[in-house]
Amino acid sequence: MTPITNPSASPVARDGTERSDQRPAGRPEPSAILELSNVHADIDQYHILHGVDLVVPRGQLTVLLGRNGAGKSTTLRTIMGLTRITRGELTFDGRELRGMSTPRIARQGIAFVPEHMGIFSLLTVRENLLLAAIGGSPDPARLDWIFTLFPPLKRFWNQPAGTLSGGQKQMLAISRAVIEPRELLLVDEPTKGLAPAIINDLADAFVQLKAQQVSILLVEQNFHFSRRLGETVAVMSDGRIVHRGSMAALADDEALQHDLLGLGLGEHQ
Amino acid sequence: MNAISSPGARKRSPWQALRGMSADRPHVFLLLLVTLLPLALMPWSTWLVLTLSGMAMGAMLFLMASGMSLTFGLMSVLNLAHGAFISVGAFVGASLLIYGLSEWSHNPSLWINLAAVLPAFALAALVAALLGVVFERLVIRPVYGDHLKQILVTVGGAIVIFQLIEVIWGPREIPVPRPEALRGALVFGGIALEKYRVAAVVLGVGLYALLLWVIERTRLGILIRAGVESREMVEIHGYRIGLLFLAVFAAGSALAGLGGAMWGLYREIITPHMGDELMISVIVVIILGGLGSVRGCFYGAMLVGLVNLYVGYLEPRLAAVATVGLMVAVLMWRPQGLIPVIKV
Repeated sequence: MTPITNPSASPVARDGTERSDQRPAGRPEPSAILELSNVHADIDQYHILHGVDLVVPRGQLTVLLGRNGAGKSTTLRTIMGLTRITRGELTFDGRELRGMSTPRIARQGIAFVPEHMGIFSLLTVRENLLLAAIGGSPDPARLDWIFTLFPPLKRFWNQPAGTLSGGQKQMLAISRAVIEPRELLLVDEPTKGLAPAIINDLADAFVQLKAQQVSILLVEQNFHFSRRLGETVAVMSDGRIVHRGSMAALADDEALQHDLLGLGLGEHQ
Repeated sequence: MNAISSPGARKRSPWQALRGMSADRPHVFLLLLVTLLPLALMPWSTWLVLTLSGMAMGAMLFLMASGMSLTFGLMSVLNLAHGAFISVGAFVGASLLIYGLSEWSHNPSLWINLAAVLPAFALAALVAALLGVVFERLVIRPVYGDHLKQILVTVGGAIVIFQLIEVIWGPREIPVPRPEALRGALVFGGIALEKYRVAAVVLGVGLYALLLWVIERTRLGILIRAGVESREMVEIHGYRIGLLFLAVFAAGSALAGLGGAMWGLYREIITPHMGDELMISVIVVIILGGLGSVRGCFYGAMLVGLVNLYVGYLEPRLAAVATVGLMVAVLMWRPQGLIPVIKV
């Protein structure tokens, strides 16, 4: 893990408190679908998460921002049970996930798209989706919806997934995650290395998913993409959440962006 | 009709076609090369007999090797006790034939013979599968992810199983007479084809087709192929890879047991350590074919069987090193085997 060298990026380290925006008065607080409370996790001998406190509101898209090495991907892997929690609590829809195996966590209704996408390259597009449909074969109406979201998947239906382009693989990875109705979607840097046109397609797909009230936790480095989609935002630094609040507030506050991310929106991409 | 033909539609020369095949389908190319080349060095009738014998040996080697290949491909487990399952299968199958169904085995009717042989094969597979389940739970499960420990504990496990065989059946070799109707040969135009070898090829190729159907056409097969590529992603999709592995391990052990029982009848003699002796060929087969690939394993087994028989006829002194030489040559050409399975 790369240590954060800019002290201004870690306001928690300076004053010991976590920044948080106030929700406008009169709007009801959505219930939390996922809650991490003082979560610690290790990878081998390295202590990566140092007490993560994170709330993902139901039906909203929460963006998890932070520099490389801040612990964002480890947070998602810890939620999925791929990295073991050493301390703290992790609840999904009121159920404790700590100690559950990865397949059991997935069956609670959580889908995960890792950074490397995890496409089965020797399987065809059809087989990749068939495997993700836990019930057996995918629901035809849902499959049609996926084809309208990502038309190339229909075109390459019987082609090995390894032959797809990077953007098409990302489309397939997200389609696998939503081929079944899920309550929570964890997506790790879906725009990484993709052309702007493909990023736009992905953004449209996320907009449609949000319209279906799917709760999403998105790890992203692309702030423009995150700003367009996110309702709430959390910023990580050095294995902790150092800021939580609304995306709109962060997007409007260039000084805060500098403070948390070391880069303003104007300079980003 | 469009008079303009695309460049792709141009007729390729035989040389180009051959080069294309060696690149796109190296397993088919090599099998054709190995099968057809000896035709120039021996009489046609001899070639036919040797080819059938090589295919019979290949079919049995395929059954014995496919389980180990899948186990390694799926969970990266080096099970060096696989040979012990081959021996167990051979002894269980032979015991039922010799002690339980001896009368049916000596009956001249093919159908009554099959009523003895097929249950013997099935029992050999079943006992090997059950032993596989116990072995996976007790011996292999604690050493996932550590190849050195896997080698040590599976070699140790194999020694225990071989000793148990000696305790139960004794250390000496046991003759296993073939059933009456499977002795002798079928004669076509002066060429004698041994009946049991024909039966072994039919059974081996039939089981290969069944295995291929399961792997390529069923949901279980999709899961196995996905697991070979990435265990973690299979778990992320909600599947318990441990259970899947146990099922594959049991099926692989069953195939080893079946292969052992068939081999016992092929050689008409069994010894407690026969599985150990076969392990060299089994390992050559799975490395040749590409670890984790059922199709590769089949082609690898056929190549080993055929090369063994052809070289044994042409230059017997080289027979022992021919298959290892073939493996080295293939690895220099394609370092990951004929049909590699890529891990993400």
